[in-house]
Amino acid sequence: MITSLVGFALAGLLLPILTTRFGPRMFVVAAAVPAAVFVWLLFQVPAVTRGETPTELHPWVPQLDLAFAFRLDALSLTMALIVTGVGALVVLYCARYFRRGEDGLGRFSGVLLAFAGAMFGLVVSDDIYVLFMFWEATTVFSYLLIGQYTAKRKSRGAALQALLVTTAGGLAMLVGVVILAVESGTTRVSQIVADPPQASGLVTVAVLLVLLGALSKSAQVPLHFWLPSAMAAPTPVSAYLHAAAMVKAGIFLIALLVPAFGDTPGWRPVLVAVGVLTMLVGGWRALRQHDLKLLLAYGTVSQLGFLTVVVGYGTRNAALAGITLITGHALFKATLFLVVGIIDNRLGTRDLRKISGLGRQAPLLAVVATLAAASMAGLPPLLGFVAKEAVFTALLEDAEHGAPLGFVALIGVALGSVLTVAYTARFIWGAFARKPGVEPAEFVHEHVDFLVSPAILALVSLALGIASPLLDPLFGRYADSVAPLSGEALAASRAATTAGDTVAIPDAAHLALWHGVEPALGISAVTLVLGLALFAARTRVSAVQSRVPSWIDSARGYSRVVHLVDRAAVRLTRLTQTGSLPIYVATILVVLVAAVGTALALVGELPGSFRPWDSPAQLPIAIVMGVATIAAARAHKRFMAVVLVGVTGYGMAALFALQGAADLALTQALVETVTLVTFVLVLRRLPSAIGQDHGRRHRIVRAVIGVGVGIVMSVVAVVALGSRIAEPISLQFPELAYEGGHGRNVVNVLLVDIRGWDTLGEMSVLVVAATGVASLVFLSRRSSDMPRLGPETERPRWFARRTRMAEAPIEATASAGATPDGAAPSQEKGNQRTPWLLAGKTLAPENRSIILEVVVRLLFHSAIVVSVYLLFAGHNIPGGGFAGGLVAGLAFVARYLAAGRFELGEAAPIDAGKLLGFGVLFAGGTALVPIFFGVDALTSTWFEAELPVIGHIEFVTSTLFDIGVYLVVVGLALDILRSLGAEIDRQQEEDHGDESSPDDGIPGAHEVNTLSHTPHEPTPDTPAATETDAENATERSPR
Amino acid sequence: MSASLVLILLMAVLYAGGVYLLLGRSMTRMLLGFLLVGNATNLLILIIAGPAGVAPIVADGVEPSEMHDPLPEALILTAIVITFGVSAFLLALIYRSWRIARADVITSDEADVAVGGADSSMDDEESNEAEDGSGEDTEFEGRAEAKTS
Repeated sequence: MITSLVGFALAGLLLPILTTRFGPRMFVVAAAVPAAVFVWLLFQVPAVTRGETPTELHPWVPQLDLAFAFRLDALSLTMALIVTGVGALVVLYCARYFRRGEDGLGRFSGVLLAFAGAMFGLVVSDDIYVLFMFWEATTVFSYLLIGQYTAKRKSRGAALQALLVTTAGGLAMLVGVVILAVESGTTRVSQIVADPPQASGLVTVAVLLVLLGALSKSAQVPLHFWLPSAMAAPTPVSAYLHAAAMVKAGIFLIALLVPAFGDTPGWRPVLVAVGVLTMLVGGWRALRQHDLKLLLAYGTVSQLGFLTVVVGYGTRNAALAGITLITGHALFKATLFLVVGIIDNRLGTRDLRKISGLGRQAPLLAVVATLAAASMAGLPPLLGFVAKEAVFTALLEDAEHGAPLGFVALIGVALGSVLTVAYTARFIWGAFARKPGVEPAEFVHEHVDFLVSPAILALVSLALGIASPLLDPLFGRYADSVAPLSGEALAASRAATTAGDTVAIPDAAHLALWHGVEPALGISAVTLVLGLALFAARTRVSAVQSRVPSWIDSARGYSRVVHLVDRAAVRLTRLTQTGSLPIYVATILVVLVAAVGTALALVGELPGSFRPWDSPAQLPIAIVMGVATIAAARAHKRFMAVVLVGVTGYGMAALFALQGAADLALTQALVETVTLVTFVLVLRRLPSAIGQDHGRRHRIVRAVIGVGVGIVMSVVAVVALGSRIAEPISLQFPELAYEGGHGRNVVNVLLVDIRGWDTLGEMSVLVVAATGVASLVFLSRRSSDMPRLGPETERPRWFARRTRMAEAPIEATASAGATPDGAAPSQEKGNQRTPWLLAGKTLAPENRSIILEVVVRLLFHSAIVVSVYLLFAGHNIPGGGFAGGLVAGLAFVARYLAAGRFELGEAAPIDAGKLLGFGVLFAGGTALVPIFFGVDALTSTWFEAELPVIGHIEFVTSTLFDIGVYLVVVGLALDILRSLGAEIDRQQEEDHGDESSPDDGIPGAHEVNTLSHTPHEPTPDTPAATETDAENATERSPR
Repeated sequence: MSASLVLILLMAVLYAGGVYLLLGRSMTRMLLGFLLVGNATNLLILIIAGPAGVAPIVADGVEPSEMHDPLPEALILTAIVITFGVSAFLLALIYRSWRIARADVITSDEADVAVGGADSSMDDEESNEAEDGSGEDTEFEGRAEAKTS
């Protein structure tokens, strides 16, 4: 069975390609898949009839007891035969129905085959969750198939309606399914049915929930309205999904569960009431339809109601009648839909008021349709007749045994049958009769190949009607599994068994065309006569029908609910999505305060104790930081605020140092410096005053939220500290670091070894941030080179030489040593001497500070040496890749600040992006190398050696990882300088229209800041713009 | 473990100031608020890390229990560097916003506001319903074979 499912899946995947390429004739090929499964199933019939149950088991999630478990008992075999048989014929029919090049044909073909697979899976699944999965899959495929004509709003609406109604039922069903599976302690349907859980309120609720899903799927009142809407689907879909297969899924589920749960309180009354009501409503509405397809759709609703009553009834003979009716209905309704499809295809209409005299034009079609219709009306010798006789017999028998529900059901289905006869007559009359005053149809040619599928189905209806006793053993097998007999008959048979008589069950019904003259035949005859009378009086009937108020229509209820949900959603969105970022942030923070505050309040007493300070020095630092914070919050000048925040940062460094966190103090101080510089680089372009944003009220609200967060977080700190009662894991870290990581600096070993993956992730964040910075500033592209004194200088030889020379120190740093600057010029003998201070070429004299340039130039290499020392020594003393990288970054910052962007290009003529990427790759690579030696990633090892001159050296491999960190930090610093420094310089020059010189990094102070580079919207805030001018005049570049 | 009152008070002030700035409309203020909240959070971790100790560097005669807890240190170190990267990114955002819109102030998001006012568009869709009513009773509007062949 899994093979069949795989076949369906493959066909569903391949067919779209084939049909798109070769057109609809590929459906003929595709039909082979369901046909093959059908044939295989036919071969199983004898075994299943003998009482065997072929099973298959493919474990899926054993821990959850989930498995692709399949079984073929009489019921699922019958359903599977219908699904694959009708499926094959419908797919075949599609070959003639669709035209080549139709929109979405590929999708349609794939989904249709996938649906057939899902439906097959549904009926053969023995795992209740897998069954549910297939159940929902059919819903989704049905959605896609109903919405096939995507351009039509009606089609889309109908698809959505069917999806919403059936998935809503499906969700209810899922709850029921879970309860049932848990209560039974198994997910196998066969085991649940064989050994149902003890009756209890919970089980009753579960069963009713499952019924809700089944009834919504099988379009029962009041959820029936989706089925007529679903007629927006192409007619083959209606024939297959909405007549033969999918709508039967609910009926199938009822039939599957009735042996175990037929006696659950509420089961029978609900199903009889809903079924009878559905049968009557459907039939009543079918009588009003002018569209032949809608007529059939309401007829289907009616018949599904009929099936619900019979299948859910729960006696042996009702079950036998039910399974026969399922088969009969699938055969005749699919036929009729296919006939309507042909009519629509040929005439361009399905409106019975526009069709006249078709019977004479297309006699074969008329014969096929009449055969199927006769089966629907329950005329002998068709299968529909056999089924209906069986139903009447079963219900009558139970009613005679004194079951009042049997009477209700019998009267209900008899009335329903009257309506069925009437709308059947209306269908045949509407489709084929000649009507006065209507122009006869021009049905040019009857294509026999188009008729193949409906004709086969109609003939099967006929053949099975005549040969119905042959069905008896198979269907009887299912019927016997439901209940041996009903009521008194059961008691009688039990009595007979105990008395030692033959176990022959006296009134077990059997399928046959002719049972002799008995009450059921009489009921059939009466319904037939009444039905025809109803049809004859159709004008009067429709007059009565039009008097029924139109508000009795559950489809309206649906659209009202959907509309209300839409409106509520819009209201809620409008309420919450105000578009204001501060309000969003405030919401988050208020939730934080409220939620965490509540949780803390519930803690009750605060654990932990207080002391004024760890060391007295904390007090002055804290005072300075606190004052700076409050001042920063109130500051109106941008730079003032930045510096004040910087004060808190340096304060943090001091606090770290006091606590004994040397690495933190070092890193914090360095980061704070680089951050300050970065701020200055950007903010020089912005006005000095921070824009006034809110009024007084807003400020108060902000302050209140701020204080709230502060209070809550301080309580969090106290509680968290007080909760630390276990011995910290970090007590073992020093030993781990020294023995395992071979380093004395525990924090550094933690970063590069013990928690190395964290650091790798952090490096990735840095790379992303750096890339973000670059792409935000370089609007179009990330230039690969630092700005250099390029070709404009007309000194190409010099350029090439400088490149070589400037690269030297970088290579040197990477290979763990520093080359003295003096070494480089020595290679340049014979060349033109280059200026040692580039700023002479690139900066206006009034912007230069020779002393600063010289000092920076002299200190630069020392700084690089220090950074490399920090990198390598960091394993044992405070330092490491982060601190080292930051020091190197600061060295570049100094070069840039002292002498401008060309100087930066000379100092680091290397693409920051490459540095970043290489750093991450290097660290990641080092992390992975140990795997090749058969140990875990990031495992470190060390080498020691006695070298002649240098002495004893040690090298730990995790230092390599730290080199990666170092490179990433340097890359980040360079990227920031290049983007926020150099590129902003360049853009500033551009903004000022000063294109004359790459020589001059500084625009004239007199120039007006035009808005010419703001193509999007010239904002109205000219005051801000003038402020910028003032800013430019005073602040200028920081160099 | 007992908590240092000074540090807790300082942390509360940092949080309060940071949140106050974070809730402003000016992007610069938001970034500064972000930095203050970052500092406050690092301080929170530092407080939870427990009492002061000697630097966590293995040396003779120093017991692990005398050291300042190295694990929170590693966490804070990571946080410091990431805060730096993110604030550089935010600075670039501020610059970009200034360059394009000449504004440092975050205005309400128009797309969000538009979502809130969407129910008029739904009414429009409903009024289209009649539009494809012509093909109610057929899928083969204007292309039935009877008329073409």
